[in-house]
Amino acid sequence: MNTTVSISRTTPGIAVRRTPWPRIRGTLGLAGLQIFMTLLVITFLVPTIWMILSSFKASTELFIHPIKWLPDRWLWENYLRAATVFPVGFQRFALNTLIITVIATLGTVLSSVIVAYSFARLRWPGRDFFFGLLLATVMLPEVVTLVPRFIMFRNFKWVGTFLPLTAPFWFGTATFYVFLIRQFLRGIPMELEDAARIDGASRLRTLWQILMPLSKPVLATVAVFSALQHYNDFMGPLIYLNRMDTWTMALAVRSYNSNYAAQWEMIFAVSTMMLLPMVLLFIVAQRYFVRGITMTGFGGQ
Amino acid sequence: MAIVMRRKSEFLRQYFSGLALEETLSGILFAAPFLIGFVVFIAYPMLYSIALVFQNWDLLSPPVFVGFSNIVKVFRDPVANLSLYNTAYYAILAVPIQLVIAFLLAMALNQPIKGRSFYRAGFYMPMIVPVVASAVIWQRVFHPEFGLLNEVIGWVGLAPRKWLWDPGLAKPSFIFMSFWMIGRQMVIFIAGLQNIPQSLLEAASIDGAGRLRQMLHIIIPLMTPIIFYNMVMAIIASFQIFAPAMLMTSGGPQNATLFAVLNIYRNAFEYYNMGYASALAWELFLIVVGFTITQFYVSRRWVYYETE
Repeated sequence: MNTTVSISRTTPGIAVRRTPWPRIRGTLGLAGLQIFMTLLVITFLVPTIWMILSSFKASTELFIHPIKWLPDRWLWENYLRAATVFPVGFQRFALNTLIITVIATLGTVLSSVIVAYSFARLRWPGRDFFFGLLLATVMLPEVVTLVPRFIMFRNFKWVGTFLPLTAPFWFGTATFYVFLIRQFLRGIPMELEDAARIDGASRLRTLWQILMPLSKPVLATVAVFSALQHYNDFMGPLIYLNRMDTWTMALAVRSYNSNYAAQWEMIFAVSTMMLLPMVLLFIVAQRYFVRGITMTGFGGQ
Repeated sequence: MAIVMRRKSEFLRQYFSGLALEETLSGILFAAPFLIGFVVFIAYPMLYSIALVFQNWDLLSPPVFVGFSNIVKVFRDPVANLSLYNTAYYAILAVPIQLVIAFLLAMALNQPIKGRSFYRAGFYMPMIVPVVASAVIWQRVFHPEFGLLNEVIGWVGLAPRKWLWDPGLAKPSFIFMSFWMIGRQMVIFIAGLQNIPQSLLEAASIDGAGRLRQMLHIIIPLMTPIIFYNMVMAIIASFQIFAPAMLMTSGGPQNATLFAVLNIYRNAFEYYNMGYASALAWELFLIVVGFTITQFYVSRRWVYYETE
């Protein structure tokens, strides 16, 4: 984070800065920018914060002019009410979401690293062709497989189960992550692996004990993004989970939103319950988010 | 013939003799999850959906072969054409403005202001909000009576509007909402800006180039690959917008927010026209892929690659 430190060159009269865009006119401009950015970031955060605050209000505090920001009394019972309004209880939706997210994320990480290993380190006929295919699928609009996949999973008798939302991710089909891990593996010196191989370790063991520990940053990034993606997924559960006791939180929130449209505080409470785990994940794993996106940006290099 | 034979033996030696054989077998074995997954979950569904285009099937009665009628219907159906228009309107207006906002934010966060990682986290935060929760939030932000947005524009004396409930404003409202979700693009831009070699800017500044000229002649040209990457990805995603429309407006009012994927979803899973939905999906697929290829083609004129 020290990239901002300015270095003045000895050239008289010319101060050269480490940032691409040299200082806006002096400290005054910088202070102005600081204030402007603060206001802007507050604007970005306000809708979410407003929702969280409003989840503690009484209905009467929501439907008034001008807007009230803080609740008179913090009604924690909104959460209790919201959690128990459906016959199966909100904890069931949370559990379903957790199961799907964990299984799909684990599958994504493990299958991606195995496939990436093959594309990064092993030579076999057709490898480059299949890698090209893999890259092409990154930009493939998914919409085209929406209907046929549904029919296929229906023939498998998978509709109504978690399998359509988890099983495909055990087959390295999250191709973007395969690509990301492959790029990382290519940067690890071959000698490390060769040494283990000479000592008689199998390839699987080399991957597990040498390469995977070294790839922790990229694996954590893939895990974090994949968890976020499955946790937040709406379309998949919408299509495949029809019985209420199999619903994820996303479907539950949607159902509250259409069935209790007049009770904003309840809808806000369930939305907040769904949002909080991701906020915690973001706070804990922020550097993996940032690193992941950064790697994305330089995917080709 | 002899050449073919030699190539064949070379090929065999390269991959199938001694140690190389072990590597080939391991390679295929380790790639097997993807090879199987690609066939089962990508290639087969795509081929199958081509077959579906020529059928009418409601999943209950047996499928009926109907020739090209679904394809003809795709072009004649006013609802389908409207959904494409809505999608193009959204993507073509939203993406460039998103890119400009994300780029400006990245430039600002590249200045020596305090607490930059806090700002970065703040602007990125909306990306982690589940799409159903953000729909809940924005439905209320845009609410005609008690919404946050009407309250705020009221402060400067503007009259309240109906936003999502106004056919003329619904699509612009969706575009406005999309500006909230530019965190990923912004972080990619920040990373790109930090990679710009200082020596170039120093040299330019010594030669007397002002900030504007540095921006136009150094920063933007060097950033074109990243701008291009963000643009391609944003367009692919925008053409497939689904959840916000499904959740917030159900495609209304008066089909103003009936986007292409929502229309496909409805035909498949509400009207059970699997064949027609597949035809619509292929139409959108070809448009998006065609658009992407065109962008790659055009990019040769404006994207700067250092290696060339």
